[in-house]
Amino acid sequence: MIKFRQKPVITEDDIRRDVEKLGRRAFLRGSLSLGGLAMLTGCNLSTDSGADAALKSMLKFDDKIQSMLFDPERLAQTYPASAITDPFRFNAYYPDWQVRPVPDDWKLEVAGDVANKSSWTIDALRNMPQESQITRHICIEGWSQIGQWSGVPLHFFLRTIGADLRARYVKFICFDDYTTSIDMASALHPQTILALDFLEKPLTPEWGAPVRLRIPTKLGFKSAKHIRVIEVSNDYSGGYWEDQGYDWFAGV
Amino acid sequence: MKNPARTRVRAAHPLPIRIMHWINVYAVSCMLFSGWEIYNASPDLPFTFPQWATLGGWLGGALAWHLSAMWLLVFNGAAYLLYGIYTGHFRRDLAVPSPRAILRDMGAALRFRLGHRIGHYNAVQRLFYVGVICILVVEVLTGLSIWKPVQLDALVSLFGGFPLARNIHLAMMLLIVGFIVVHLVLVAIVPKTLVSMFKTVPVDRQEAAND
Repeated sequence: MIKFRQKPVITEDDIRRDVEKLGRRAFLRGSLSLGGLAMLTGCNLSTDSGADAALKSMLKFDDKIQSMLFDPERLAQTYPASAITDPFRFNAYYPDWQVRPVPDDWKLEVAGDVANKSSWTIDALRNMPQESQITRHICIEGWSQIGQWSGVPLHFFLRTIGADLRARYVKFICFDDYTTSIDMASALHPQTILALDFLEKPLTPEWGAPVRLRIPTKLGFKSAKHIRVIEVSNDYSGGYWEDQGYDWFAGV
Repeated sequence: MKNPARTRVRAAHPLPIRIMHWINVYAVSCMLFSGWEIYNASPDLPFTFPQWATLGGWLGGALAWHLSAMWLLVFNGAAYLLYGIYTGHFRRDLAVPSPRAILRDMGAALRFRLGHRIGHYNAVQRLFYVGVICILVVEVLTGLSIWKPVQLDALVSLFGGFPLARNIHLAMMLLIVGFIVVHLVLVAIVPKTLVSMFKTVPVDRQEAAND
């Protein structure tokens, strides 16, 4: 390659500070302008190319293809205990020293199109049927690791609370301010569980105590930790990463 | 093989090939530059790609590019393969050469004695072009494997599981970059080939002595 280094007028770091304050649209636009620098030298950063709108509609199209590809019967591969990744890598949208302990008054609340809106304690969840799995957790960044989780199958939980199973979305609100949402078909998948245990021990704060989603048919950022509210609804509500530009369906 | 009866001049590269070539240049560029940004999010090799060479600005933007440009790459690639099969382009121009022809032309190339005739591919060129087409096919298949490792589990096991499929995807990318470097160097040595990829240039009339 020819030794040629183009100095962008605005570096990625300069932009990042600003775009983090803005929404997903601005985030994509800022990134696209950088793409413009890489693709077309001399591209002006102040120009709104409209390519961000094109990319967003492509992601929506991809989501449609992904939900068509999703087979509710197909199971994610399971592994023997010997395949479990050790040590297991911590991952969150914040560093591990910012992990929050479980609030004293924690209860699992349910909301939206559900018949029984009473909240749930950990003991009540432990009294439900438990399902264990050793599956691969795949991060959107490309790395992956194999872990063991067990807990209540989400389809069982949703039926128990009398959720409208024809609703389109199941949303998760977490006490660490994380949010995500998934489609109902994926929520009812047999391997989608409300995990209470990791490596056969009750979840500790770093692994999402007291209850987290474990959904091996989606990328890791869908497996929300520290769940506080489960909401069943027909209204699309995105999520922490989805609102910044990760594709919403995120199926694997 | 002389064919003086032929009235129409055969272009070195028919118009559809030229169009598909430049669409492919754009699609592969988008895939490479956005792919490097995705790679940078979790680098498996002891290096990362410089920010100026990446597309998308951050992981989410890069994935949006990667998962958009993949359609262009796949549909253009499929059109090219169908075109190549049905028009006889593959059979006529890209027949896999014999090992002896490869050795002969490779030897000539290394001694800078391999002539270049517009519209004809020597054994080394054939090897390179057929090779990079196969590499692109593997790149697309491993890409699909790591995009949908659960739904396409048969494909991912063909490549030895998710982590290996991802590494093969990366290795094929490096081979594609290698191809592009050699390709561009050769175009720089024989600039008239670049012209023939833009406008209609008739094939060199003298036929190959050894083909």
